[in-house]
Amino acid sequence: MISTLGAFMTKEVRHILRDRQTLTVLLLMPLIQVVLFGYALRSDVRDVRLAIVDPSPDYATLALRDRLQAARRFRIVATGRSMSDIEPLFRQGRADLAVSFEPQFAARLESREPARVLIAVDASDPNTGSTMQAYARAVITAYEQELGAKGAQPVRIAPEVRMRFNPTLESVNLFIPGLIALVLTLVSALMTAISLSREKERGTLEILLVSPLRPWQIIVGKVFPYLGLAFANVLTALVAAWLVFNVPFRGSVTLLLVESILYSMVSLAIGVLVASLTPSQRVAMLVALLATMLPSTLLSGMVFPLASMPKVLQVLSNIVPARWFIVIARGIMLKGVGLEHLWKETLVLIGMTLFFMMAAVRSFKARVA
Amino acid sequence: MTDPAAVVRDVSKTFGETKALDGVSFEAHHGELFGLVGPDGGGKTTLFRILTTLLIPDSGSATVLGLDVVRDLWAIRSRVGYMPGRFSLYGDLTVRENLSFFASVFGTTVEQGYELIAPVYRQIEMFAERRADALSGGMKQKLALSCALVHRPDILFLDEPTTGVDSVSRREFWDQLDMLRSSGLTIVVSTPYMDEAMRCDRVALVQGGRILQIDAPAQIGSRYPLPLIDVTGAERYRMLLALRKAPHAHSVYPFGTSLHFTDERPGHDPLSVIADLREYLTANGFTDVTAQPIEAGIEDSFMELMTPAQRAS
Amino acid sequence: MTAPLAAPADLAIVATDLTRRFGNFTAVDHITFDVKAGEVFGFLGANGAGKTTAIKMLIGLLEPTSGEAKVAGLDLRTQTEEIRRRIGYMSQKFSLYEDLTVLENIALYGGIYGLTDRQIRERAAVMLETLGLSDDLVGRLPLGWKQKLAFSVALLHEPAIVFLDEPTGGVDPITRRQFWEMIYAAAARGTTVFVTTHYMDEAEYCDRISIMVDGRIATIGTPLELKQQWKVPSIDELFVRLARPS
Repeated sequence: MISTLGAFMTKEVRHILRDRQTLTVLLLMPLIQVVLFGYALRSDVRDVRLAIVDPSPDYATLALRDRLQAARRFRIVATGRSMSDIEPLFRQGRADLAVSFEPQFAARLESREPARVLIAVDASDPNTGSTMQAYARAVITAYEQELGAKGAQPVRIAPEVRMRFNPTLESVNLFIPGLIALVLTLVSALMTAISLSREKERGTLEILLVSPLRPWQIIVGKVFPYLGLAFANVLTALVAAWLVFNVPFRGSVTLLLVESILYSMVSLAIGVLVASLTPSQRVAMLVALLATMLPSTLLSGMVFPLASMPKVLQVLSNIVPARWFIVIARGIMLKGVGLEHLWKETLVLIGMTLFFMMAAVRSFKARVA
Repeated sequence: MTDPAAVVRDVSKTFGETKALDGVSFEAHHGELFGLVGPDGGGKTTLFRILTTLLIPDSGSATVLGLDVVRDLWAIRSRVGYMPGRFSLYGDLTVRENLSFFASVFGTTVEQGYELIAPVYRQIEMFAERRADALSGGMKQKLALSCALVHRPDILFLDEPTTGVDSVSRREFWDQLDMLRSSGLTIVVSTPYMDEAMRCDRVALVQGGRILQIDAPAQIGSRYPLPLIDVTGAERYRMLLALRKAPHAHSVYPFGTSLHFTDERPGHDPLSVIADLREYLTANGFTDVTAQPIEAGIEDSFMELMTPAQRAS
Repeated sequence: MTAPLAAPADLAIVATDLTRRFGNFTAVDHITFDVKAGEVFGFLGANGAGKTTAIKMLIGLLEPTSGEAKVAGLDLRTQTEEIRRRIGYMSQKFSLYEDLTVLENIALYGGIYGLTDRQIRERAAVMLETLGLSDDLVGRLPLGWKQKLAFSVALLHEPAIVFLDEPTGGVDPITRRQFWEMIYAAAARGTTVFVTTHYMDEAEYCDRISIMVDGRIATIGTPLELKQQWKVPSIDELFVRLARPS
């Protein structure tokens, strides 16, 4: 009895050890995940892009500006006289935080009246939003105490915090655009990967090859029918986001639909590329999952802010299609911006689609070997 | 047309450590039913894939319909019919859908090809709306054949179309091949079944990546180099073991109810061999023995031509 | 239909009204037959005639819908576990693990069937010598060697009955015959061999054969008896006659 079981387990161990490919994946994957999660899972924020609105610069505002800059977390990217100067930066995503001083700030301080400071935060990501405004407040409070210690009378600086784009700090608003990206990625890449590798396994691909059909025709023929399915998925996800989660739709729905279709095409092309390069349906599915799901969750800024990742990962994230789509989706849904602000990201997606389609055609061998 | 329909010249192909084909050459003529006969792993499938332009040979050359398989692959691909074996069909499509798909891939329609496929297709036409995976093995075969023919190819390549199918369905399939051949179509077919080899115009015996012999089936037997005797009697197994030890025994193999005894002396008179055998068997306690000289069949020849290394046990 | 029933101890397999239904479809329809101990029994039939289903029932992989069977003297329904220990099985689709070596496969099956290490070592040595093999990865062996090895491994635990499901498919003619010689040798040692095949000439090598058509046993007997009874020159002809009555 024991020896029977023992014999069987010995066999299983041998199978595991001899299947080098799967073994590598199984050993490496946890390692990669641990490293990535470890880095990505930081809640502190660095390199906050700060915009200053200072209608009447004086010693107090300048002192505060110095201190904000000295706190290494902040980087002043612009200064202006009024909020309208700064507003575009928020829309373009070039500023994370704005500190706006009341006119005659120092004068008000001296006359012992509350001097108001407006702290406006891009809270599309509610976690970082909270953190960033907390930093700013900490600097301001420290200065307030410093001033108060010198004089006999208490000094008051009254910060007012405005969380832009996400006033109620709904984390679901953060997630939904990312989730849409994830769903589209997974389903599209899996669909085409399975379709092509099933054709291979059935043996029908061989017959298709020995025919006038060219590789590009086979690939295009495999990708386009799934666009319809992808479109249905997009609609479902958006409707769910809107009805169930009350995610705002501040921008153009049409634009969002078009961008979503474009993004699906990237994933469909990735699926075909994966299937061309893998030997069986099972492997194709695994690789498609890994190649799309992992980067899309960890490196796209969907869950973990890109800003808090090491430079290396930030650079790496540029090749993750989801990263660009999330910027687009958040821009349209939460900020209500249009193509004029998102043309760069759109171009990137178009480029990626072409790249992966061409790669798929090239790697799709017109011969078996 | 005087050019052969398919020519293979000195083709070799290696996969990793295995040499699948080793300097193989043959020609198939127009309108011929040409058979590649031999067991699995002998190189037949590799040969087919080279001829259908799916593989590039490591050395040597091949042409199909006068076109080079490496350079002119697209020209060849629109003119051949290919059945890669194991029923490569779309199980979730119906019979009719499968057929019209394969027709459209070649830019034609079922109607245009109907006349050619009719003898085969008519037998499954009543199942036109049935899904392909719901068909029996024999019917799937017929469908796969129809799909390979529907675009009116100039040459047909069938890779082991009868493997895994019972002997009745096999017969019927070869009846259909006979019909097609009589319409002038060139057919190159591979099979591990030696009895099917008899139905070809010419055959090439393929084993271990080499061609052992090429000729019409009847002629192959006549080239058998040694005397061949058919022996029957009771206690067949014991007789088999005894005959292996008989003087001048070259090989003894069971064949159905009888044993085929090959004498090692080329040109020796068969009747004299028989006399010796009778004497030997009687001395070993075998009564009621029948022995007669016979013409070698393909299977006899194949086994004789296999190299000693391949024959080793 | 059958030879007079011998005493139960002489019968390796007795099937009585064995039936298997899948929903509305009756794959095996009340088959009754027996196989004598030490016999080489050929179980033939067209694809879809119910052969595979019948075999699966006899080796305990499928439960019969109705009917009885005794395999190696044990009841099929109640003593399935014990039956498994007394029988060997080899099919064309699966026999040995390709990524294990010859000896590793032998050790595995030996372990599964409860042989001692010593028994395994001894029998493995004999097997390698008889077959003329070295301890390679099974995946690297040519098909013919694989099949012969698989057969030997199926016999490793010296079962009373061995079930062979199309063991010689696609193999060269010499190996086929060598395989059948191994079958004869096993039968001579007293092992009952229950084999199916698509090669009709192999049917002639059997002591008795049965042919299944549409879930029933259409005929059963020695090859010679059947040819005389149906007035056909070969089993191949008989097969055609029965499988396609038109």
